Amino acid sequence: MQIVSDIKAILGGFRVTLAHMLRRPVTIQYPEEKRTPYPRYRARIVLTCDPEGDERCVACYLCSAACPVDCISMQSAEREDGRRYASWFRINFSRCIFCGLCAEACPTMAIQMTPDYEICTRDIMNLLYEKEDLLIDGCGKDASYNFYKHSGIGVAQPRGEGAEESRPVDVRSLMP
Amino acid sequence: MTAFSLDITLFALKLALVFFVILTLAAYLVFAERKILAWVQDRKGPNRVGPFGLLQPLADLIKLLTKEDVVPSAADRWLFYLAPAMAAIPAILIFSVIPFGAPLTIYGRHLPLVVADLNVGLLFFLALSSIAVYGVAIGGWASNSKYALLGGIRGLAQLISYELSMGLSLVPIVMLSHSFSLTDIVAAQETVPFIVYQPLAFIIFLLSITAECKRIPFDLPEAEGELVAGFHTEYSGMRFGLFFVGEYINIIVLGGLAATFFLGGWHGPLLPPTIWFSLKTLAVSFFFIWMRGTLPRLRYDQLMHLGWKVLTPLALVNILITGWWLMLK
Repeated sequence: MQIVSDIKAILGGFRVTLAHMLRRPVTIQYPEEKRTPYPRYRARIVLTCDPEGDERCVACYLCSAACPVDCISMQSAEREDGRRYASWFRINFSRCIFCGLCAEACPTMAIQMTPDYEICTRDIMNLLYEKEDLLIDGCGKDASYNFYKHSGIGVAQPRGEGAEESRPVDVRSLMP
Repeated sequence: MTAFSLDITLFALKLALVFFVILTLAAYLVFAERKILAWVQDRKGPNRVGPFGLLQPLADLIKLLTKEDVVPSAADRWLFYLAPAMAAIPAILIFSVIPFGAPLTIYGRHLPLVVADLNVGLLFFLALSSIAVYGVAIGGWASNSKYALLGGIRGLAQLISYELSMGLSLVPIVMLSHSFSLTDIVAAQETVPFIVYQPLAFIIFLLSITAECKRIPFDLPEAEGELVAGFHTEYSGMRFGLFFVGEYINIIVLGGLAATFFLGGWHGPLLPPTIWFSLKTLAVSFFFIWMRGTLPRLRYDQLMHLGWKVLTPLALVNILITGWWLMLK
């Protein structure tokens, strides 16, 4: 009978809503209770330092090239010892979409995403983060990684002294 | 104090109490609705104003009173001003015939707990409930807006399809209690509430009063999905507030009527009569809110179909069966 199944369906609906009425709400009362974000949550971007305390960024522009909204800009420079750095580095967080492509593109693990999502502000100009706002003391993820130990010709150590490297071979002495 | 002035004082006190309780209850029913709907949807509902959000109705009132009162330039001014009152006043007036407690004796004086014990109380209710729809229709017409007009037309069309079945579902009650007076109807249910004898009439009445107070699934005059806000699209500020509070007064009053006609009025074991009446009224109101959280809105023609082809014939058959049963008894 059509009517019996219809009434059953309606009463079933009433049962479901009653069950939900007695269930605990899923709401999180934001300013008072905060959800702990996961470690790989993508929010505020930082620039990290290598284990020796030097800044990791070598101003290669890969992050700025990878950025789909073009919110990263910088100017590269070179120290006397040949180590490259960014003379200024700027992220416009009012444009950033927190996609994480910059962190993925970074060869030196310098630019990283952190779970700190509470960066909103009343003045939009405060969302323009300069290098001193972005730079942190620690190493962030991959704490032991030091780019110049693996690469960078003759900057931190003589050629071939790095990890997993061997000294260059003098081709003239390579006689059969 | 003379006997006459004592009578007047008692009556004024009763009136003031009824007004205060009804209006407060209507305001808190809005709050209760928001809370219960929130729970249905796994939310928390309003909880910012006061402890557990209990001062929310007050905040809403202040908000409505301080809002700009916009009157559309093309509106029919006087009808536009009149309509909200026409929606709210009949709702309050209906309560005057509902007995909300056992008669008291104060200073040796008989004090029935009903504002006006009319001997045609049931007809008074039917008449006023028809008048209440004028607020909707006039409001929709006077706004001079197509959404409001459509809402008003729907309100009227809805009225003719449910009013008939509502009236017919109450005929068996009159047959059983031999009276139109609500006090007598309650007195007739002292041992057994009429819902036991008349479950079908109760269901018809419940569906009809849902349409009467324009609640989901029969909220076609408002129908915010299709008509913006239906008949009160153009209303703002406290004028909208009057429509709004009128709707909730209507829920309480119709809940009280359902309690009076079918659930035994203020009769009940252990608890005081007025508490029983409030409990039954609030139970019906809760059912309305629960239904709003559960059912979708009916289509326009589906409501017509339900009213004319299902509820009205069922109510007629129910009257015949009741008559036959009373004759055999």
